[in-house]
Amino acid sequence: MEKQQLKVILTAVITTIIVIVGLIVLMPFIGPRFLHPMMMGDQPAPSGLDTSTERTSDAGMFMVSWSSDSGELPLNQIHTWTLHVETADGQPVEGATILVDGGMPQHGHGLPTNPQVTADLGNGDYRVEGMRFQMLGFWEVRFTITANGQSDSITFDLVLE
Amino acid sequence: MKRILPLIGGILLIAAAIGVWSVTRSAAWSEEEKSTLSGLWIGSLPALQPDPSNAYADDTQAAEFGHELFFDTRFSSTGEVSCATCHLPELMFTDGESLAQGVGTTDRKTMTIIGTAYSPWQFWDGRKDSQWAQALAPLESAVEHGGTRAQYVHLISEFYREEYEAIFGPLPDFSDPERFPISAGPVDDPAARAAWEAMTQADRDAVTQVFVNMGKAIAAYERLIMPGPARFDLYVDALLKDDKPAMKTALTEDEVAGLRLFIGKANCIQCHNGPLFTNNDFHNTGVPTAQNLPLDDGRASGVILVLADEFNCLSPWSDAGDSDCAELRFVTSAGEQLAAAFKPPTLRNVAETAPYMHAGQFATLEDVLAHYNHPPVSPIGHNELDPLGLTPREMAQIVAFLGALSGGVDAPPELLQAP
Ligand code: HEC
Ligand code: HEC
Ligand SMILES: [Cu+2]
Repeated sequence: MEKQQLKVILTAVITTIIVIVGLIVLMPFIGPRFLHPMMMGDQPAPSGLDTSTERTSDAGMFMVSWSSDSGELPLNQIHTWTLHVETADGQPVEGATILVDGGMPQHGHGLPTNPQVTADLGNGDYRVEGMRFQMLGFWEVRFTITANGQSDSITFDLVLE
Repeated sequence: MKRILPLIGGILLIAAAIGVWSVTRSAAWSEEEKSTLSGLWIGSLPALQPDPSNAYADDTQAAEFGHELFFDTRFSSTGEVSCATCHLPELMFTDGESLAQGVGTTDRKTMTIIGTAYSPWQFWDGRKDSQWAQALAPLESAVEHGGTRAQYVHLISEFYREEYEAIFGPLPDFSDPERFPISAGPVDDPAARAAWEAMTQADRDAVTQVFVNMGKAIAAYERLIMPGPARFDLYVDALLKDDKPAMKTALTEDEVAGLRLFIGKANCIQCHNGPLFTNNDFHNTGVPTAQNLPLDDGRASGVILVLADEFNCLSPWSDAGDSDCAELRFVTSAGEQLAAAFKPPTLRNVAETAPYMHAGQFATLEDVLAHYNHPPVSPIGHNELDPLGLTPREMAQIVAFLGALSGGVDAPPELLQAP
């Protein structure tokens, strides 16, 4: 009887030790973030992001692409983008009304500025002024495009490094 | 039993080995971290962009004139206050006080002017959008210089006529005391305000034009006041050249550990990023309201003030075309995130500029770190910070790292003293 009890207790103790030691061993691999949500720096950008600058809008209505006029995505500097909008079959869309918003989903905040489309440059190109990113990391920029009575939106993912 | 003991021993050995490995591993910087560090490095500071709102921004004569104005105490109601009364070059252009002392007491702490030419917004709440517009505010503040623009143009006529005219062209004739009272301006003082309102629009504009040019000259001077390289910059310099001995002499182990926390676990670079360690945006960090001061809603009021400012980038006094004023035209002007949001100050030289925060609420960097570790509920709006879970040792390491950001001022030495 007594011997059996001792065995059970011993097994329990040893199992506990192995689990704890195992966790310690695995720490560097799983990273502290899963053990303690506060013990982390900034989250890395989600894996599998599509950071391409040309994409089809959500409902497939438009092909949209963006480029920064300077060719760079500067940190902390207000700058201008050109947005290019085509129909799904490749015709440039002119005269569209376009709204801009976005933010950092992982930080729960929006864009620091209030960018706007200030010119229809023709040939499906639009000037987007007032773009600014004030933090490194993963950003979303969303355009809501209305043309010929139809509306569709597109969200671009980008990572500032 | 006997078989289990070696098993446990083996597991413990592996754990120890992995522990050692993870510690040594963290001594090297990943490529991603290297790119983050080079973004903070002073070598990444771009050449200063022209200021389209100030046609004299890069005029050396204007900078010399601005240098004189910056130190001249005659430009005040008491004859005792100049910009340098609160922005002392030997204290990194701050004053070591919680609240600044001019002819009265301000309700905010003096900010440094080092490197602020890079900032699109001036003041803790960004209520000015250029350095020249900023410089005009303390001159007419009842608690700082306490004077008026009419008083100042008389002083220019009397003491700086030649210098002024060499830069800005002929000075109007302000000698008729009927048209140009000794003291007049849109200020708090009722007598000076009444005198101002009694002037004709044309005479007021003549005075304001000279006043504006004073601001533009002071801005030209301030554009030459830049931060010098700190030990941190030597470290990154060495890191980019893979020069290990130079890295070792630049920063101590604790400082490196603090740097790692700064860009990692403590996540300070969210707001203190770029080579000036500020994103020049506005954030609510829940700093408590200072004793005996009213609630300060920061950017929420600041943005309304700058949009209505007599001297903003879109105003007739600005030399900019409308298309130059992107910061102002696309500014976020409303929203909960502006409540009690303040501009993160540069952290370069921060160890030399105690006390800290917009009303000097914290005496030491240790107090600052304690705040970040357990961010309180904000007096208004939403505190953006999350608790950090730093140990006392880690907090001390970050403080040590902040000390490695002291590199003084990079400017011609003659500009750092009264002319
Ligand atoms: C009485 C002390 C005092 C005097 C005099 C004074 N300042 Fe300041 N300065 C301050 C305080 C306090 C602040 C922050 C005020 C605020 O945000 O409301 C400040 C802020 C500034 C800033 C903003 C820096 C930034 O990062 O936004 C600049 C630039 C500046 N002062 C330049 C000047 C100039 C130029 C003069 C002279 C024309 C001057 N100051 C006179 C106390 C003073
Ligand atoms: C969410 C943005 C944000 C983050 C993250 C942040 N700061 Fe700040 N920091 C600010 C703002 C805004 C201020 C000014 C607040 C005020 O005066 O009310 C400030 C002020 C400071 C000051 C005082 C500077 C002075 O001259 O008064 C120090 C020091 C400082 N921060 C260090 C740090 C450190 C260290 C970390 C990381 C643990 C950090 N900050 C993280 C935004 C941030
Ligand atoms: Cu963010």
